[in-house]
Amino acid sequence: MARGIRDQVAIVGMGCSRFGERWDAGPDDLMIEAFQEASADAGIERDRIEAAWLGVFYQEQSTSKSGLPLSMALRLPNVPVTRVENLCATGTEALRGAVYAVASGAVDIALAMGVEKLKDTGFGGLPERAKGTFEDLWQPGFTPPGAFAQLGAAYAAKHGLSMQDVKRAMAHVSWKSHENAALNPKAHLRNRITIEQALGAPMIAYPLGTFDCCGVSDGAACAIVTTPEIARSLGRTEAVTVKSLQLAPSNGVELSHGSWDGAHTPTTRLAAARAYAEAGIAGAEAIDLFEVHDCFSITELVLMEDLGFSAEGRAVYDILDGRYDRSGAKPCQIDGGLKCFGHPVGASGLRMAYEMYLQLLGRAGARQHSPQGKAPALGLTHNLGGIPNRNVAAIGIFGLMDV
Amino acid sequence: MRALLSAGVYLPRARLPRSTIAAGHAWFNPNLPKGGERTYAAWDEDSLTLAVEAVRACTADVLANGIAGSHRQFGALAFASTTFPFADRSNAGLVAAALGREGLLQARDHGGSLRAGTSALLAALQALADPACPETVVVASDTRQAKPASPQESQYGHGAAAFRMGRATDGTAVLAEYLGGAAITADFVDHHRSDGEDFDYTLEERWVRDEAWGKLLPGAVGPALAAAGIAANAIDHCVVNAPAAAQKKLAAQLGLREGVFVDTLGKTVGDTGTAQPLVLLAAALEKATPSALLLLIGFGQGIDALVFRAGALAGCSAASNFSAALAAGRQEPSYTRYLAHQGLLAMELGMRGERDNRTAQSVAWRKRRTVTALIGGKCRDCSTVQYPLTRACVNPDCRAFDTQEEFPLADCAAKVKTFTEDWLAFTPAPPLVYGNVAFAAGGNAFIEFTDAAPGETAVGQPVRFVFRLKDRDALRGFHRYFWKAVPVSLHDHGEGN
Repeated sequence: MARGIRDQVAIVGMGCSRFGERWDAGPDDLMIEAFQEASADAGIERDRIEAAWLGVFYQEQSTSKSGLPLSMALRLPNVPVTRVENLCATGTEALRGAVYAVASGAVDIALAMGVEKLKDTGFGGLPERAKGTFEDLWQPGFTPPGAFAQLGAAYAAKHGLSMQDVKRAMAHVSWKSHENAALNPKAHLRNRITIEQALGAPMIAYPLGTFDCCGVSDGAACAIVTTPEIARSLGRTEAVTVKSLQLAPSNGVELSHGSWDGAHTPTTRLAAARAYAEAGIAGAEAIDLFEVHDCFSITELVLMEDLGFSAEGRAVYDILDGRYDRSGAKPCQIDGGLKCFGHPVGASGLRMAYEMYLQLLGRAGARQHSPQGKAPALGLTHNLGGIPNRNVAAIGIFGLMDV
Repeated sequence: MRALLSAGVYLPRARLPRSTIAAGHAWFNPNLPKGGERTYAAWDEDSLTLAVEAVRACTADVLANGIAGSHRQFGALAFASTTFPFADRSNAGLVAAALGREGLLQARDHGGSLRAGTSALLAALQALADPACPETVVVASDTRQAKPASPQESQYGHGAAAFRMGRATDGTAVLAEYLGGAAITADFVDHHRSDGEDFDYTLEERWVRDEAWGKLLPGAVGPALAAAGIAANAIDHCVVNAPAAAQKKLAAQLGLREGVFVDTLGKTVGDTGTAQPLVLLAAALEKATPSALLLLIGFGQGIDALVFRAGALAGCSAASNFSAALAAGRQEPSYTRYLAHQGLLAMELGMRGERDNRTAQSVAWRKRRTVTALIGGKCRDCSTVQYPLTRACVNPDCRAFDTQEEFPLADCAAKVKTFTEDWLAFTPAPPLVYGNVAFAAGGNAFIEFTDAAPGETAVGQPVRFVFRLKDRDALRGFHRYFWKAVPVSLHDHGEGN
């Protein structure tokens, strides 16, 4: 019987570049910026890294394929580097590779790096991407906002809500992320907005307006992972460990089967159930704060239910009640989220882990969450790669060693 | 007897008021006509997609469970047009493939003249003299371009009409019995369009009226009436796309009764080229009482004349879907939208419009039933319907390998599960509307919508599926087609759809 990943691997160093329209930096600059922070944090030089995983999504756009871009950028000592890609779950997938390598005993110290350089296309929004020779013959020429926007109409219809009410909750989601990012020096979008601004913005893809969409950002984030024993030998008295890493990809149901209602993400529900079990917790109530894949405000809204933080049909009310605000019972996107910290696709899963790492160690500065005056004990990260019709859900749960 | 068994008409939804055209050109030519409107093809329609819809309307045989497709039992398909999308790729063959009838048919293209529609009809009816000849569908469709501010811009329309014909025993209820026909050829160049040219070059109407309409018609009409054994003054409806100014003289020259000329639809549809005589015939058969006599005339480097007697199926709105197609129009009073969708105005399409739409032809061939005919799969083990058909069943409780049989979905009832109107995605007609539809038979499709203006789509709305251009590959001159969902209540073409 497999025992899962809980507490077998510690994170001893993390780094994250400044996110944004980094006209000054290429993918190698971004990776070095993240790595130098992690290396200094861990007290581990690059020659002690025994294996590395590189996550990048639009390799055509930014780095080219293979593990070489990381090996070459950091001039790693010819250690194995594996390039992984799993849509927007790519960063979490890179972390999973490194964590599994340490847990297996194959290596003592591993690096997970995620990077994306999006702002070299010459136009706004995400780059165009072929879906495959067959899929291009029949699937709509969708954009990410349009593909996710469909959750809106289906959710409103399913719960008998007016789009106006759903839009109000969506606006609150975006307003909250702008509020949170204003406190985060590395975030892409640090301006504050009003609910009215969000509601009155031009339509991108019904029902999503401009402020319902996350930033298209350049950035990199990385983690250095090792065994709890080595973490202690490095002098770490408080180590962050991985409690769970779970992945659930679609198998075609949302694309072709009649059972999907278009208003939720079944893969997230599957991954959440597995993640809570692996972490040895009952469910969302044990989590102190969390980061979800808020590529669009409507995505965050439905994820509150898919992850079990809100009851079925209650997300709109919980959001408007402030339950997920920084001062609420369960802060969500305390770093600004994809919405405002930014969404360099391959880096995003690791960016979320970076925030949990800082929060758990009490190092999050002005945005530190302190339930009952203490640092939080358990944090959750969630990615939803792809589009609701075909996606990959990834969940990470992180906590202090003894929790 | 040889008979027309059913008829179908398709008119694009977009109607351009002639006053809109005139207003656009008031500075250039203040005398353009202002009354009425014309049809025009949307950016994702062409002569081929119009033809597919006309054939579907003509051959619809929807079963109680909402599934048709397999019941289009005709053995030959003739497609007439002067605006085929392909010069070398059987256009009729592609229409057949879209209808799921690939492999069973003779499929032939007829072009070269505006007379091609009536010539194809005449040839098919003459072939039916052979008892071994299968039922045949003839479809004519045109989407002619016209130079801005030309008289043709206001006169032309886009549309398609189809007839199914076959042998029937006496006493069978038919749409119209074919009594006889004749044709003559004459190289009269009233207008022409050379290979590679976009526009017609048109000569003076007075010359055409006097020399062609006046002098050439009797040469075919006389023999046709003789073959039918009908006197000219017995004709009840003369179906000819002749200018109104020529009709009185024509009546005298041909010995027809006054008032037998049908409305040529100049103010509602426009001149649909090769399709026009067939559109007019379909419209006439809705009004003709059973046993009324009809004379159909086609003109273009000669004359075709065909004589019919209306059958028991004529004389009602179910005789063809012409009235329904006409009523389904929607005014699009933007002149620049018309120009852009005819390819006559280079709009800023943005960098997303630079996407390479190269088609992997080997994939398109392997998947042609899925893509071209919208055929999904149905699992033998669990009866789950799914799109697309795949090797393993999508039902999470089944997942059996190699149990799926073909299940046609093009005529299956379906409803909007969810949708979006995407202003960011590239499309020549923003926003790009797409979403998920649930088939009544089960299964889901993630699919593009069309003919849906912003605000017109809603969750739960019924949709029907239409064959449309998906992409144009400008680099390689290729047109790529697929099916799209149309909200039904807004675009209902009446019977059988």
